[in-house]
Amino acid sequence: MIALLQRDLKLAIRAGGGFGLGLAFFLIVVVLVPFGVGSDSGLLAAIAPGILWVGALLACLLSLDRIFALDHEDGSLDLLATAPIPLEGAVAMKAAAHWVTTGLPLTLAAPGLGLLLNLPASGYGWLAASLALGTPALSMIGSFGAALTVGLKRGGLLLSLLVLPLYVPTLIFGAEAVARGIDGRDTGTPLLMLAAITLAATALLPFAAAAAIRINLR
Amino acid sequence: MSSLWEYANPQKFMRTSSVLLPVFAVAAAISLGVGLVWGFFLTPEAENFGSTVKIIYIHVPSAMMAINAWVMMLVTSLIWLVRRHHVSALAARAAAPIGMTMTLIALVTGAIWGEPMWGTYWVWDPRLTSFLILFLFYLGYIALWEAIENPDAAADLTSVLCIVGSVFAVLSRYAVNFWSQGLHQGASLSLDKKENVADVFYIPLLLCIAGFVCLFVALVLLRTRTEIRARRIRAMIARERMA
Repeated sequence: MIALLQRDLKLAIRAGGGFGLGLAFFLIVVVLVPFGVGSDSGLLAAIAPGILWVGALLACLLSLDRIFALDHEDGSLDLLATAPIPLEGAVAMKAAAHWVTTGLPLTLAAPGLGLLLNLPASGYGWLAASLALGTPALSMIGSFGAALTVGLKRGGLLLSLLVLPLYVPTLIFGAEAVARGIDGRDTGTPLLMLAAITLAATALLPFAAAAAIRINLR
Repeated sequence: MSSLWEYANPQKFMRTSSVLLPVFAVAAAISLGVGLVWGFFLTPEAENFGSTVKIIYIHVPSAMMAINAWVMMLVTSLIWLVRRHHVSALAARAAAPIGMTMTLIALVTGAIWGEPMWGTYWVWDPRLTSFLILFLFYLGYIALWEAIENPDAAADLTSVLCIVGSVFAVLSRYAVNFWSQGLHQGASLSLDKKENVADVFYIPLLLCIAGFVCLFVALVLLRTRTEIRARRIRAMIARERMA
């Protein structure tokens, strides 16, 4: 399973396009927002937590179809399904690789982009913390959506339609944690809920995703 | 001893549903007709609400059915995954557009009511928001059914989506509660509370709810029968080609 993780990481980093694109997309979303809503710094500060979370979520969504589609095309997904390791484990590793190549860089880049949106100083730590806790759930949920649509020729749009409603709770708790942190209110509840979603998704969704892949490979 | 599972046989289902369908259709027509006429013309206008209160006869039943339809889809999806009864999967597929329409009716009637009462068509209130999210879930579920060609794979995948979606729908409901304060009033009907709607509105409302339930059952039966017939036609065409 570690070998699978290493292979996916190498593929993502070396086979151009996947690794940096999500980050670049995140940057562009954040740059575009002030053009849309105006450069008033008070307004930007107020909406910064939400914009950063929505941007991270969309950047994550962008690379989801890569999780299984390429392996499905060249047949290695069939090999994984018949390999001695459980498919559930393989799915979890692929989601982990997706998180390392998108969720983690987004988490690290988000405070820097917060600067562009005039995020109040007290929010940086909470932004990084909430993204660190929440983005693994985004990758897990996304891999479930990718598993559902892996057999489809043009699954990209359908994938976003399926996955985005599932992202709602994560987004709510994530943005709420940052907003509360800025106001100096208690952030315990949203952060705990984020952690709970991430842990539950990691524990349960690989089974659903593996079931979906088995159906699609049948 | 006959059991529920006998209806997993499409022929038996077709025979029984051909009897049940007109019964439920007529029951729906009568109870909706009586309930709506009674509610619209024969009840007084409520204090503070004026005549806008009458939208309750459509709003509340459709909102109830929007949720119940999803629950029904969850149950039939589980039956399909466990026992592989095709009628069950087809019933889930048949219920989805009806549930989505009910969600839409609840949202639209709520918006029409909200304009004179709250002064706005839409607020990001927990109940309104979770219904909008429910609408998105229906949309994704139906889109997945449409996208996959192999009918068995489509039934499997949508069933998995329905189960996972149910968990997330409940989670979203509570997340949304946490996120925003409500403007929507509390439950109009409940079994354990003393405070229900006033008695004059109560009986026509119950009639309308019964009517919506019958309407839902009739529509699901009708759509399931259509699906079964469509499958038969497809099988016949395939057999013809083979010959």
